[in-house]
Amino acid sequence: MSYEANLRVWRGDAAGGGLQDFTVTVNEGEVVLDILHRLQATQTPDLAVRWNCKAGKCGSCSAEINGRPRLLCLTRMGTFTEDEVITVTPLRAFPVMRDLVTDVSFNYEKAAQIPAFSPRPREADGSHRMQQIDVERPQEFRKCIECFLCQDVCHVVRDHEDNKKSFAGPRFLMRIAELDMHPLDQLDRKDVAQEEHGLGMCNITKCCSEVCPEGIKITDNALIPMKERVVDRKYVPSTWLGRTIGRRKG
Amino acid sequence: MTTVAPSGTGAPGRARLDVRTLRTDRWWLQPLLTVLALVAFIVYSTVRAFENANYYAEPYISPFYAPCITTQCEGSTFPELFSGPAFISPALYILIVPLGFRLTCYYYRKAYYRSFWMSPPACAVAEPHGSYTGETRFPLIFQNLHRYFFYAGLVFNVFLTYEALMSFRNEDGEWFHMGLGTVILLTNATLLWLYSLSCHSCRHVVGGRLKHFSKHPVRYKAWTAVSRLNTSHMKYAWISLVFVAFTDFYVRLLATGAFDDPRFF
Ligand code: SF4
Ligand code: SF4
Ligand code: FES
Ligand code: FES
Repeated sequence: MSYEANLRVWRGDAAGGGLQDFTVTVNEGEVVLDILHRLQATQTPDLAVRWNCKAGKCGSCSAEINGRPRLLCLTRMGTFTEDEVITVTPLRAFPVMRDLVTDVSFNYEKAAQIPAFSPRPREADGSHRMQQIDVERPQEFRKCIECFLCQDVCHVVRDHEDNKKSFAGPRFLMRIAELDMHPLDQLDRKDVAQEEHGLGMCNITKCCSEVCPEGIKITDNALIPMKERVVDRKYVPSTWLGRTIGRRKG
Repeated sequence: MTTVAPSGTGAPGRARLDVRTLRTDRWWLQPLLTVLALVAFIVYSTVRAFENANYYAEPYISPFYAPCITTQCEGSTFPELFSGPAFISPALYILIVPLGFRLTCYYYRKAYYRSFWMSPPACAVAEPHGSYTGETRFPLIFQNLHRYFFYAGLVFNVFLTYEALMSFRNEDGEWFHMGLGTVILLTNATLLWLYSLSCHSCRHVVGGRLKHFSKHPVRYKAWTAVSRLNTSHMKYAWISLVFVAFTDFYVRLLATGAFDDPRFF
């Protein structure tokens, strides 16, 4: 069964813009991205919307639907009632380029600042061996599709532009945790996490975990464990002493 | 409510929209319920901690007063360590442990940052503060001491378990008896164990801090078990909170004579 949906879409650019109302046909089983494509095809050929895979795997189509950061291609129209007004806006933590497209380069800059994977030397036969139970934890974080919905929702930067310089955001703090837990990595990342990437700014309110389309438990499995590791390093007198006299390896 | 901070979603370059949030669901409900529940608990426990009476009904002691460590204590469930002035409720000496433990708990932090401090009130709803430093400065940097409260909390759990075992006595102090109160005290102690063992700091110290689980099979097992409990930490936080208050209330009913403890044997 098809019906006419009431859509409100943010249109404009950095100079200004606002919400515009449209009525668009919806067929059974469609997602919000389908409706935007139909809008593009029938009424607004110049509507800018970024997308790629339509399968929740490329992380391109991030936007906000009824105020909640979501993937356009994974949000089914069936989750709304037929008479509901559905509001679609660009991500609101990043600068807008045009319509639903934002400039997410903040995230690439942060990614570049994370010290790279630094594995220990290869074994004599030239291979890197690790046990499955040792890589299991960081593997969860590898599911990330870099949609940056978590970066967008995190109030540390969403509500405070000035924090952007000192806070890497959940996705990249998770990357630090991933490397700190990695069985082959040799760098110690606790100080960097706290001092340069703002782990202490996170107040574990879990919005990143709430919006992650991959269902990664960012707060429980990456951020809080990383905070605990930082406590080991920075706030516990006994481990500080232990480290100074050269004991206590993980 | 309709303004946006020029430093936040209203910052230059971002898509202009003069609303705090476009969320259409009842995002305010959860913070509201959290405030109501926590305020109810704080009021009740404060009144009870200062009441300095009706916390002991042979053989049961209220968890708000256990371990009872002064000579002022009713009953004698625990060694009396010192004598304080009579007007100071014995609950006040020990309050710091459960209070500090829950106050620095990662789950409660989330709950009160969101509901009391509105930082943020709900996801993608602008917070009302102009600037934000998170847990990087005094006093919130002290949240990092959570694990010490966790250790102290474990000691308290031992005491409360001991008190629960002491309640397998009758009113004359004879062993191998049991009443409804015994079940309540035991349940309370069990819930507190579940709350403590599902703690994020617990998860870290049993194994989370390791880089190579494969070198520590026993700790890996412990970590796996705590991780499983940890996914329900929020649930245990609430259930144990409500049950502590209920246990205290039950003891109060007995102590005031409003109710008679059904004895099983
Ligand atoms: S849990 Fe931390 S990183 Fe995640 S959204 Fe909240 S403040 Fe940001
Ligand atoms: S962690 Fe989740 S929400 Fe964040 S970028 Fe990766 S997939 Fe997206
Ligand atoms: S289009 Fe690739 S995730 Fe939506
Ligand atoms: S008790 Fe909640 S995290 Fe430790």
